[in-house]
Amino acid sequence: METAPKTALEGKAPSPQQPETILQDYPDRRDTLLSALHEIQRCGARKSWITDQEISLVAQHYHIPLAELDGVVSFYKMFAREKRGSHIIRLCDSLSCRVRGSLDLYHHVRNKLGISTGMTTQDGIFTLEIVNCLGACDKSPNLMVDNTLISGLTIDAVDALLDGILEAEQ
Amino acid sequence: MNERSRISHFANSEAPLDIARYIESGGYVGLMAALGKTSAEVIGVVKNSGLRGRGGAGFPTGLKWESVAAGEQPYLVCNADEGEPGTFKDRFILERAPYLVLEGMTIAALAIGAREGYIYVRGEYPEIAKMLALATEKAKARGYLGNDILSSGFSFDVAVRVGGGSYVVGDETALLNSLMGNRGYPMLKPPFPTEKGLWGKPTVVNNVETLAYVPIILGLGAQAFASIGSVNCPGYKLFSLSGHVANPGVYEFPMGTRLRDVLEKAGGVTGTLKAIQIGGTAGPIFGPAALDYNLDFPSMQKAGGALGSGAIVAMNTSVNMAHVLEVTMRFFAQESCGQCFPCRYGTRQLDYMAHRIALGLGKVEYLDLMRETATVMVGASFCPFGQSVALPLKSLLDEFGDEIVSFMTEQQYLKEVSE
Ligand SMILES: Cc1cc2nc3c(=O)[nH]c(=O)nc-3n(C[C@H](O)[C@H](O)[C@H](O)COP(=O)(O)O)c2cc1C
Ligand code: SF4
Ligand code: FES
Repeated sequence: METAPKTALEGKAPSPQQPETILQDYPDRRDTLLSALHEIQRCGARKSWITDQEISLVAQHYHIPLAELDGVVSFYKMFAREKRGSHIIRLCDSLSCRVRGSLDLYHHVRNKLGISTGMTTQDGIFTLEIVNCLGACDKSPNLMVDNTLISGLTIDAVDALLDGILEAEQ
Repeated sequence: MNERSRISHFANSEAPLDIARYIESGGYVGLMAALGKTSAEVIGVVKNSGLRGRGGAGFPTGLKWESVAAGEQPYLVCNADEGEPGTFKDRFILERAPYLVLEGMTIAALAIGAREGYIYVRGEYPEIAKMLALATEKAKARGYLGNDILSSGFSFDVAVRVGGGSYVVGDETALLNSLMGNRGYPMLKPPFPTEKGLWGKPTVVNNVETLAYVPIILGLGAQAFASIGSVNCPGYKLFSLSGHVANPGVYEFPMGTRLRDVLEKAGGVTGTLKAIQIGGTAGPIFGPAALDYNLDFPSMQKAGGALGSGAIVAMNTSVNMAHVLEVTMRFFAQESCGQCFPCRYGTRQLDYMAHRIALGLGKVEYLDLMRETATVMVGASFCPFGQSVALPLKSLLDEFGDEIVSFMTEQQYLKEVSE
């Protein structure tokens, strides 16, 4: 294999790099496409979606027709083509989390942020998503903030988490 | 029983990337044994061990390796897409014993003649992908991976790739599509990946846990592994226990262990056991009678279920089964890849009805309609995903249908008196 394994990932702390620079690290082999998309989605400050300009750059880099690339991106739930909040809250509501209180957490987050699943707060800080199992059911209920798994949640813990992010953003 | 026949023996939660400690604990003994054998001999050992795939289907691993089409350089792919709800055993292995998986991949590559391998890690496990990339670097620096492994003349390299959030991509053909940078649609079988897989080349896809048992088998010999567990389904197995159990977690038991004994080890059920789902969301939901089931592939099949990934979710009497129905049907609707009509449309119908039921707006006729929909989907869906909705749905309705009907009637009554 001609390249070292590349594991650039979404939310690896927003990358200050330009998409052109990011793509230079990726060989034109489609097995690296999803990894590149994760990194591009997060490039530039406080960004969590893939812009039109970026999608064109990626299409050129990998020699993929634009429509085909859009089709690929839309298949995967972690990618977005429309503006989202700078922090993505993915709250698990699969069975193990549900029987251990995920619904209470959802209601709490919903009331606190004033958004339901799939929506972004007006200040553009949070997007809330209900997702399926995060593979940490022994420590349920769970959520992910961007790239970080947070387990064994209580209402107080969620409060502290969201307040902490808000404070850092202000 | 030899401690080294268990994955847990190699699990190191404090310093999983410390390769010296891995070697001290018996790591790479299996690879060294394999390097002294021919490919056919390695396959022979794995066949004689009776190892069956731990990804859900239980396919004999040695047979899969043997069926790799001759002629072209094959690929090896480790399926680390772990998305089956209630399953976290691959996370357990990757977080604690990454070298065990890399060693298993190297032995598998030797057996099938692969020189390039991939680990496809689900997008929701970014930390694990990073760790695996580090582990491959360290293994290479020590000569356990890369060019001329341990001066044997054999070379094999591994690249880590990440997914983008999709359950269906766990299916091996969909995974290959995703690895090729496509939409993660399942593909028609045959041809099987072992004939025509990644970029049209023969490809073996194995689950993380399957590959983790491979060095153990090569290190201890086929017989040692085959003598553990059930006759038709030997070895240890990792079980993911969650829900209403006192000490949820990953537990390793011989195949065929009774569910009752597994639960006991996890401190038992909190409250009174009402229902238990085995094998993941695509597995049936049983009543307490399941406590006497033996947990292995053939026994669970006989019981009308499936061992699947070894997920075990316990539910006590506080759980409303109408909610379980809703959570389950929503999963199928959200995760259907949409490629074929019966599944795309069927899962939406099922989700709609289950949602109405949970909201207290259901009709009793829904239950029969749901059964019919699932039956049609079994016959008409393109891939196992659409076919598998029937198992949890029918078991829920058989076992807990009365409760769901009472719930609907009660909700109806409450609505009428409040109007
Ligand atoms: C819808 C669906 C989802 C699947 N998800 C996974 C998964 O997350 N991990 C896995 O190893 N196998 C999964 N499988 C099974 C794989 O298709 C394949 O059988 C397995 O990776 C083969 O490895 P094994 O022989 O070592 O078990 C899934 C299958 C289907 C149909
Ligand atoms: S059965 Fe469902 S998951 Fe499988 S191909 Fe059809 S739509 Fe996709
Ligand atoms: S059910 Fe929430 S992490 Fe598995």
